[in-house]
Amino acid sequence: MNHDVNTIFQIAGIGIIVAMLHTILKQMGKEEYAHWVTLIGFIVVLYMVITIIDDLFQKIRGVFLFQG
Amino acid sequence: MSAIDIIQIVGLGLIATFLVIVVKEQKPVFAFTITVFTGALIFLYLIGEIQHIIQMLESLAAKANVDLVYVETVLKIIGIAYIAEFGAQIVRDAGQGAIASKIELAGKLLILTMAIPILTLIIETVLKLLPA
Repeated sequence: MNHDVNTIFQIAGIGIIVAMLHTILKQMGKEEYAHWVTLIGFIVVLYMVITIIDDLFQKIRGVFLFQG
Repeated sequence: MSAIDIIQIVGLGLIATFLVIVVKEQKPVFAFTITVFTGALIFLYLIGEIQHIIQMLESLAAKANVDLVYVETVLKIIGIAYIAEFGAQIVRDAGQGAIASKIELAGKLLILTMAIPILTLIIETVLKLLPA
């Protein structure tokens, strides 16, 4: 569980850093890059969340629904 | 042991809420992902405890000579309710009440479908008891 809790902080950190990058790139006048940075950051975070959701659903399946 | 566990879970929830509030100012999408992640983490933690309860129920059913098919059906129904509730709450949190209602509807329908064999059995038993 300890390992997983760190991921929450990782997600929050990525969110804040992406927001910072977004602001900086916007100030520099590169709006397209800002949007791409947001999208890629979101995909990375989504991968983390999908991993744990997959784990959760597999466990629920194992506990409640037996084989399938 | 369980007292420390509940403190851990409450602490986790409080930290996650705090982070969500901080991140929501800049990027609401990331705040939402933190919510989903925390929900999944707590569920994942609870599923270990639920497994113990279920094992106890199974051994009780085996001792009482209850047909295992019915216990299995009941467990599947609980599982469906669990997953549907989890999904519906997350979706409703994201502001999509309509989709959340549909998820709940799907859960209810699937539960009803799974319960049909048990319902049929009950009705047949009642009909047998009735004088012809």
